[in-house]
Amino acid sequence: MKKPDDMKLIVKGKRLDGRKLDEIRPVKIEAGVLGRAIGSAYVEVGGTKVIAGVHGPRGVYPKYLEKQGRAILRVKYSMAPFSVNDRKRPGPDRRSVELSKMIKHALEPVIFFDEFPQLSIDLFVEVIQADAGTRAASIVAASVALADAGIPMRALVSSCAAGKIEGKIVLDLDGPEDNYGQADLPVAVIDGTEEISLLQLDGELNEKELKEAVQLAVSGCRVIHDKQKEALRRRYQ
Amino acid sequence: MTKQTKQYLKTFLDKQRLDRRRADEQRPLEIETGLIERAEGSAKVKLGNTEVLVGVKLDVGTPFPDSPDEGVIIVNAELSPIADPEFESGPPRENAIELARVVDRGIRESKSIELGKLCIDSGEKVWMVFMDIYILNNEGNLVDAAGIATIAALLNARLPKLDKDGNIDRDAEPDGKLPVVQKPIPVTVGKINSTLLADPTEKEEEVIETKLTVTTLENGNVCAMQKSGSGTITASDLEYAFELSRKTGKEIRKKLN
Amino acid sequence: MTKDDKEDSKLVVPGEEIVSGLDYLVGAGTYRKGDKIYAKVIGLAKTSGRVVFVIPLNGIYMPKRGDYVIGEISYVSFSNWKVEINSPYDATLPISEIEEFVEKSADLSKYFKVGDLIFAGVVSVTEGKIVQLTMKDSKARKLYGGKVVNITPTKVPRLIGKAGTMINMIKDKTKCIISVGQNGRVWMKGEKENLATDAIALIDKFSHVNGLTDKVSEFLEKGDKNEKA
Repeated sequence: MKKPDDMKLIVKGKRLDGRKLDEIRPVKIEAGVLGRAIGSAYVEVGGTKVIAGVHGPRGVYPKYLEKQGRAILRVKYSMAPFSVNDRKRPGPDRRSVELSKMIKHALEPVIFFDEFPQLSIDLFVEVIQADAGTRAASIVAASVALADAGIPMRALVSSCAAGKIEGKIVLDLDGPEDNYGQADLPVAVIDGTEEISLLQLDGELNEKELKEAVQLAVSGCRVIHDKQKEALRRRYQ
Repeated sequence: MTKQTKQYLKTFLDKQRLDRRRADEQRPLEIETGLIERAEGSAKVKLGNTEVLVGVKLDVGTPFPDSPDEGVIIVNAELSPIADPEFESGPPRENAIELARVVDRGIRESKSIELGKLCIDSGEKVWMVFMDIYILNNEGNLVDAAGIATIAALLNARLPKLDKDGNIDRDAEPDGKLPVVQKPIPVTVGKINSTLLADPTEKEEEVIETKLTVTTLENGNVCAMQKSGSGTITASDLEYAFELSRKTGKEIRKKLN
Repeated sequence: MTKDDKEDSKLVVPGEEIVSGLDYLVGAGTYRKGDKIYAKVIGLAKTSGRVVFVIPLNGIYMPKRGDYVIGEISYVSFSNWKVEINSPYDATLPISEIEEFVEKSADLSKYFKVGDLIFAGVVSVTEGKIVQLTMKDSKARKLYGGKVVNITPTKVPRLIGKAGTMINMIKDKTKCIISVGQNGRVWMKGEKENLATDAIALIDKFSHVNGLTDKVSEFLEKGDKNEKA
């Protein structure tokens, strides 16, 4: 989207909502919020609010999708019609299909699939309010929901996006920054490792900016990981 | 491919590829343009034996409310069953959608098409640029082949003439070329064990768990990236892929007019 | 295992380091990376000798040989019965595994019909998770009447307690006969079925908390008094 010329996203080193360039919006995570799902989580990152629910591991229908000797992960990401400014028509759109796939790929590397032959772990993420960073918030919620469900994983996965606004590399773009910014780079990292399980880029970056943005996003992921752990512990306090 | 073959390939593919290519080597690339006269622009790419056809159609439509003076670009991909016995007919599913969106990203984020020059009547009528990707034969690395074919088709595309009532006259001579100012080239690597293989073939893709596509421009900047698949990459994998994309992009651009 | 279960257990989440050192052995719910052992699931980490394991706080029932399960007959076939055992994996009870002699071409629903509840032993589980049950066991029997409640399968050991202390306490205070299936199903029949149900729900909710046995004992006393009043 084209930025109005008189709009400044960064003033004296602070962003419109008062954040520093490398600051994440307020994060709230709660595990075990849905009674009928075996695992669930609610995540807020600034104005973005998502709920993740897990069913399973359970049998796969249609049967031809099941894999011998191991389980599969199925993810459905959807946005509620009221989650955005201009009502979004209900039903999957192409963006939701791609994001579902990206979220799935971000989580697959950590799950011990061999423990559940022929079954499916079904993960659903509902975005109830969108203010940018929905795929990162979804991955954060999904990891917590999977852990809450008792799914064996080698680690949690956290996610955060870096971006470029007015020539500066910043962490965790909010709505206006995503709309009027120059680049958006969502990343997911497997905690305790240097392994990146989600990496995308929208926008143009030079080599130096690319390096800086990836580093910043990864550091953001580490901060969020601590909050994920905290939320899981709190569930059992 | 049998499980046994997969296992076997997994162990030696990073040391020697089936077609004896080096890890960083691309397959031969052929580009043919203008072969579909009905389309406003078209190109067919052969990357090794992978064959992709892209047609560009231009139509008049309404702009988005938040960009009343800009044309609209739409990219769609069809994985036709003729290209692969595993492709099913029907509406595009996740792989086709991902493919289209990655190619779209490269073009959109680099502002390759001067959308501002596609306004016919501010707020009312603009040019809609439809890019339809048709996979004809899948022997691996559909993203790169599709991305190259799309930019080649765009470079080949001409604007239809509008008659005095503002309707398209497809019989008249075209009214100039589509304003294309960048040539984004997606370059994909597949990761097997810790080795990155450039331009994976379909057999390699069955064994590879992770792919990374980096789309770069003439100025060396990156304008789109997509990690796909169920594995992970490291920061140094990204560095390698980025450099490879710049190098390969340069070579491929020479083949575009 | 040493003293009361809660003494040396730590709440861990997936990816959390439990111990460091090659002396330790990887037990259930854990994995090794280098010289450290990490948790795979959210649960309580414990060590038993050199073995490090995690008792999961949640999860589905994964059938194991030697388990006793409460199952419901879901289908009567020609030479076996299909049994639903509160797991995504179905179980089979072959005619060779029941006490009664089955005549050739007999109608098998004469012995077990759809909807019948059984307390059966798990005789085998293949790698592909094909589960076979047996009724040829002193503990196995058909369950008549009574009430079935569920508990998270991983919390069954907590419900039973060390040497059956917890479950016996509940049986005693509620005057119920209770059968506990490893598959997270509990069958009860007796005087205070509701009190027993609530006690089980309490255990399900607070299994990770210290002093649970006392908490449950208190609860049962209160409940007992209420009934008497």
